[in-house]
Amino acid sequence: MFSFIVRRVGYAIPTLLILIIASFLLMYAAPGGPFTTERALPPEVLKNIEARYGLNDPLPVQIWNYIWNIVTNFDFGPSFKYRDRSVNDIISQGFPVTLTYGIWSFIFAVVVGLTLGIVAAIRHNTAMDYTAVGISISAQVLPNFVMAPILVLIFTLGLFRLTDGQYYLPGGGWNGGQIEYVIMPVIALSTSYMANIARLARSSMLEVLNSNFIRTAKAKGLSERKVILKHALKPALMPVISYLGPAFVGMATGSVVVDMYFSTGGMGQYFVNSAFNRDYSVMMGITILIGVLTITFNMIVDIVYAWLDPRIRLS
Amino acid sequence: MKFTTMLKMASATAVVAAMTSGAYADSHVHPETGEKLAADQTFTYRLLDGIPTLDPQLNEDVSGSDIIRDLFEGLLNQDAEGNLIPGVAESWEASEGNTVYTFNLRDDAKWSNGDPVTAGDFVYAWRRAADPATASPYAWYMDLMSIENGSEVVAGEKDPSELGVEAVDDKTLRVKLTSALPYFASMVTHATTFPTHQATIEEHGDSWTRPENMVSNGAYKLTEWVLNERTVRERNEMYWNNEDTILDKVVTLVINDENVALTRYRAGELDKTEVPAGQYPALEEEMPDEAHSFPRLCNYYYTFNLSDKGPEAFKDVRVRKALAYAVDRKVITDQVLQGGQFEAYTFTPAATAGFEVPDVDFAGMTQAERDAKAKELLAEAGYGSDNPLQFDMLYNTSEGHKKIAVAMSQMWKQKLGVEATLANMEWKTFLETRGNQDFELARGAWCGDYNEASTFLDLVTTPSGYNDGKYSNAEVDELMVAAKTSDNPQDNYTRVEQILAEEMPVIPVYHYAGVIMLKDNLKGWPFENVEQNWYSRDLYKVAE
Repeated sequence: MFSFIVRRVGYAIPTLLILIIASFLLMYAAPGGPFTTERALPPEVLKNIEARYGLNDPLPVQIWNYIWNIVTNFDFGPSFKYRDRSVNDIISQGFPVTLTYGIWSFIFAVVVGLTLGIVAAIRHNTAMDYTAVGISISAQVLPNFVMAPILVLIFTLGLFRLTDGQYYLPGGGWNGGQIEYVIMPVIALSTSYMANIARLARSSMLEVLNSNFIRTAKAKGLSERKVILKHALKPALMPVISYLGPAFVGMATGSVVVDMYFSTGGMGQYFVNSAFNRDYSVMMGITILIGVLTITFNMIVDIVYAWLDPRIRLS
Repeated sequence: MKFTTMLKMASATAVVAAMTSGAYADSHVHPETGEKLAADQTFTYRLLDGIPTLDPQLNEDVSGSDIIRDLFEGLLNQDAEGNLIPGVAESWEASEGNTVYTFNLRDDAKWSNGDPVTAGDFVYAWRRAADPATASPYAWYMDLMSIENGSEVVAGEKDPSELGVEAVDDKTLRVKLTSALPYFASMVTHATTFPTHQATIEEHGDSWTRPENMVSNGAYKLTEWVLNERTVRERNEMYWNNEDTILDKVVTLVINDENVALTRYRAGELDKTEVPAGQYPALEEEMPDEAHSFPRLCNYYYTFNLSDKGPEAFKDVRVRKALAYAVDRKVITDQVLQGGQFEAYTFTPAATAGFEVPDVDFAGMTQAERDAKAKELLAEAGYGSDNPLQFDMLYNTSEGHKKIAVAMSQMWKQKLGVEATLANMEWKTFLETRGNQDFELARGAWCGDYNEASTFLDLVTTPSGYNDGKYSNAEVDELMVAAKTSDNPQDNYTRVEQILAEEMPVIPVYHYAGVIMLKDNLKGWPFENVEQNWYSRDLYKVAE
């Protein structure tokens, strides 16, 4: 198991390096730069600004300096757009916001999704199955950019009018993470993940329930409860677990749509805006953050997998 | 503690509270109009995007300027009509043929930490704006103001200390100009010229603009700033005219989508938001007291590429005129935009202060006459059904720009048989492409930096950094240089506009209107101020 983990970490470092260099080059290949403005800046002013941000060095030197500053000082540089903030400032403000939404969404998606999926499989072809499948399919066909406006129409405007302005959920913002600011983004962010988990759990549970060892367990006369919790659940969770890694990263780094729609101040907004603004350093910082998270969680999933299924460890 | 002592202390606290909170919010009546004031004097409005900076010398953003005008106060302010009124300067005079301006600062102006605001603070700020080390994207404004040695300091040829601004004493600021710029005084209402607190900037560096560090001299001080989410500013007790301020608190919420913002406005979360494109007629009918449209100091046009890289066809003035004539501007303002925008036949908006719209020939014609003339001109230039004019029309990606481009290209196709191919690009790519003259016909727009025609007409001069079409006319350049020192520059502007109508380097399409939703209990909004330089301390909320 230990050598397995070491091997996985060993793969992660070159992957990350390739990610950094490739994004750096792609970014510089895009036309325009952070200081391309409507009214062309006088060359003297532009020269001063570029010198300040080290943009006048040759590209390999810039990449080297960038990586060196991260490794030695954990410094991701200053933002080019937000002149009084560094990338570290921006991430340390935006990431906790997004992470809060992400963790709540993850819990919601896993708990509701698994329950729906497993119940549907156990009560296969009954009204309960159809209801659970119905819920998960409608959750999946309603993408978050449709879900979010519907939620706002109901819980912000609808409630406001119904209660004469007494009670309603604010239609966006973060405001220090008060509960009423979290509910709608969490629902919008988690429903499609929840639906995927339900679908995966249902189909794999069905498969497991039809397999020989379950028939054996039932034939032994074990109670249904015991058959499911002790024998069926663990193998049925395997496909779900492989999905949870990327799903968590997706939720934790923020759905761009949800962050934009609810203007949460979270990472999703910066991810898109930094590309439009050519805010190179912020774009790189977020790319690396998402890269590290993706690699880490895929690694955790692999490790959990190996722990659950000895066949993987051995190969 | 004895009961009586407690009582004394409590009443003392109450007195202090009454003294520090606004005098009028307590009396509940507006001092001039006598309207009953609302108990909660909080104004919340929507921002499209996060504020990039709140540093007056680095700011280049309109919504950033709105906040900076509340946090900092410059030499002069504007009233509800946009006229100049005293700010930190109580009075000012021009001497030596209008090349020397002397501002007398008020004695009671203070920073939020209690320090007096001095002439030295302005000297520091102006040098800082021009200093290459600051790397301000608005450094050119110091040059535009014609301050002595301004362009040399910006170019790094002279030390910032040689900039033509000096503190004669703590309360007297003297500015030397290279030419007698007639509208110089109106330029000091711009955020770039606002004073900044040297000790604070030196202590905190780039992070001096955070709420916990910022020292400012305006009617409000910054109390919260969550990037891309919200800002909060609250009344500054140290402000010299704090007594007359009524609004206690101003909140901005970032809401990227204009339709979401409208929903939240309807739910009472916002007091002000922008009207989404095309929805003004419906909203005006639904909420006539809340939907407002008023002229703005901005233009919208298409520029021909007249550089060597541009197409041969556009070098022919007849082609340029034919295209400009065939655009039915009434259709664009009344049916596409529908927000009270104005048809444009001149580059400078009619709303510009002191600007009389000159007679240009095509403005006086009916659209039928313009269309007939357009056909005639294009045929003369040798284009017709057998040899149709073809070109690319470039704009930055946006639903609104697309609608206008589609309308214009259809007009040209139907009336003239011209085949314009639409192309759109993401903003920075668009700017780069237009700036490198890699286009044929491209969209342009400009909002005035100050309320005078030269803020627009400078853009069509040869050296302008915004002249991406590379139009160059020696007479226009001379007229604009002369206008800077003329007592009556209107004649020059009239002539420049006439030359533009004759040579048609750009197609003026429309002049902007501000289209906003504003709760009807919020009073004092300066609709008449075309620059929309509004100050929260002039606003107030009346009781429902």
